[in-house]
Amino acid sequence: MSGVPVPTTTEVARPRDARATSPARPADGHHEPVISTHRLTKRYGTLTAVDRLDLEVYQGEIFGLLGQNGAGKTTTILMLLGLSEPTDGEAWVMGLDPAWEPREVKRRVGYLPDAVGFYDGMTGRQNLRYTARLNGLERDDGEAAIDEVLEQVGLTDRADDAVGTYSRGMRQRLGIADALVKTPDLLILDEPTTSIDPIGVVEILELLRRLVAERGLSIMLSSHLLTQVQSVCDRIGIFAAGRLIGVGTVDELAAQFGDGSAAIEVGLELSSPADRERAGTVLRALASVESVDPPSVGRDTWRLHVRPAGAEGRVRQDILVAAVDHGLRLTALRPIVPSLDDIYRTAVERPAPKRAGIKPKTIRRPDAGRGQP
Amino acid sequence: MSAATVPSGTPIPTETEPESRLRVPSGGWRVIAAKEFGDHILSVRFLALLIILGLAAAIPLYFAAGQIRELAPQATGQKAVFLALFTIGSADYSFLIVSSFVAIVAPLLGLAFAFDAINGERADGTLPRLVAQPIYRDDVINGKFVAGLSVILMVLVAVVGIISGFGILRLGIVPSPDEIARLVAWILVTAVYVGVWLAFGLLLSVLIRRAATSALVGFGVWFVLVIFGSFIVDLIAKTVSPITGSTIDTALPQAQLQKFITQLLPGNLYSDVTDVILNPRLNPSARLPGSIGEAQQAAQQIPNAVMSIGQSLLLVWPQIVTLVGLMVACFVAAYVAFMRQEVRA
Repeated sequence: MSGVPVPTTTEVARPRDARATSPARPADGHHEPVISTHRLTKRYGTLTAVDRLDLEVYQGEIFGLLGQNGAGKTTTILMLLGLSEPTDGEAWVMGLDPAWEPREVKRRVGYLPDAVGFYDGMTGRQNLRYTARLNGLERDDGEAAIDEVLEQVGLTDRADDAVGTYSRGMRQRLGIADALVKTPDLLILDEPTTSIDPIGVVEILELLRRLVAERGLSIMLSSHLLTQVQSVCDRIGIFAAGRLIGVGTVDELAAQFGDGSAAIEVGLELSSPADRERAGTVLRALASVESVDPPSVGRDTWRLHVRPAGAEGRVRQDILVAAVDHGLRLTALRPIVPSLDDIYRTAVERPAPKRAGIKPKTIRRPDAGRGQP
Repeated sequence: MSAATVPSGTPIPTETEPESRLRVPSGGWRVIAAKEFGDHILSVRFLALLIILGLAAAIPLYFAAGQIRELAPQATGQKAVFLALFTIGSADYSFLIVSSFVAIVAPLLGLAFAFDAINGERADGTLPRLVAQPIYRDDVINGKFVAGLSVILMVLVAVVGIISGFGILRLGIVPSPDEIARLVAWILVTAVYVGVWLAFGLLLSVLIRRAATSALVGFGVWFVLVIFGSFIVDLIAKTVSPITGSTIDTALPQAQLQKFITQLLPGNLYSDVTDVILNPRLNPSARLPGSIGEAQQAAQQIPNAVMSIGQSLLLVWPQIVTLVGLMVACFVAAYVAFMRQEVRA
């Protein structure tokens, strides 16, 4: 977890002034935090929606907030935008405190709300024009910005149709255009891919990647869809019951939350059940192999679970040797990268320390035979 | 606010950005009002507004014109004939008078243009997007209030203009400066009265999540005040200060309380003001004397004398202030409720 910022004790003692001089923060602009929170807390009565959140998002990265519905993602986002007041703790967005300077924050941060809505009777362009005016863009600047963002999200030819005629995916893209009209430094997207068909999702994720590359902005997005977060985010924070239980890249999270085992996928050309039997015996006999799953419905490869995880490379070599020795023909041999799915499940199931006011949610395990996505 | 005011110890990643990027716009309410005004103009309710106020002008005018023509020979030299266009109508249907008609429909118009102001945005999912723009949250309420009031006033002024034009051209009655001032004052007071109900509608639209429910509650309140207003006031007065003896001293508190509550009802306030402003004649019946002293004063008034606009305004100043107060109270309540509300659906 080397790249994950952990608040130091000096920061806790002097939160504001320590920031600029703190040696933990690299001096070059690329790694300035655009979002940083310190023990940010939101309580609704006895319910703690966000519990002492420490989070940092750096410039130029795509950060994913991952969690189930009700885990506190939207509440966190609303506090970052100054739309909801924190019960305790503090947040800094673009160096500003959103609780005190919400308008300054909102001028620089583009926000796509969960289930974004538009004025259906107005055209896409008119909707964007309204947002541009509210951001104080003069006529010419505003129109130029609108044309640019419409082009970027690929809505130029539908821009003058009423929003009521748009598909769900188009509305979502218009929502991103709406967040971009003010030329923000930071985009906060709440569930940008919910209820969109798979092709639309790919389009949106590609768009986000392109935006970071072209505009150099930072993006924070929340989602409960793991594979999407995994494919687009540089770093991921896992949220459960109002607490951030893990932050880092997929690899870092795997190291943190993995159960110490690794998996290898092996494909073998087998003609008879007797061959299968023999192959199973051979694979099970290898050192460090904990268990072997034979091919099942929907999956024609074997799966080997290796413990400890560090022995995975050697085991792959052993498989190759054993296959040659026993005359087995290999069709596939590759290590399985732990998916965020697995990490997430482990992370959420691991008992989190001291949860105030909230019962830990139980997660149903998917069927054992389920394949990797 | 510019970057210069940010505490020096905090990171400012946008330091090198041009100054214009960092400027936070002001006057968001004007943008909202302009958009809402445009929406209103194109909406069905605007059509309804036109028809209702159009009827308010046409029908009473028909009766008033006939009456004024009949009375014209005797009315030569009479003062304030022009205002009669707005205050007399059919002898058979007492409400068919421009001022009475406006008094009836003004609350409905106010409610109609505000009942879905906030909860409508919420239902469409546009509210989070709207408040995520760099505006104050009260800009939303202010903008919607201004837009609604402007639309209604625009039509009202147009209707008053048409009636005046008709009076001047067809009946040959020319308004005196004093009468014009009275008409302007009447329009302003009507604006405040509409504003009371507009602000009340806004309050409902903040508090009640469903637009249909909020409309129903609004019209229900209006209905109860119009139909059962005096009955409820009676009930409250009798409950709070019952008459315990048979002397005037024991009956007086109840009467006073009754009068006090009655005067707080916006409809009564408005009709009091209208009666005095649109009728320059000293008319003791326009305002019920509240005390023996007032009754004596009324008895000493010179019959058929005419007051100046200043004197009339002085007479109803408390009512006007109370109306403004009611409007501000509803407005502030809506504002506070909206500020404390979660943005999330």
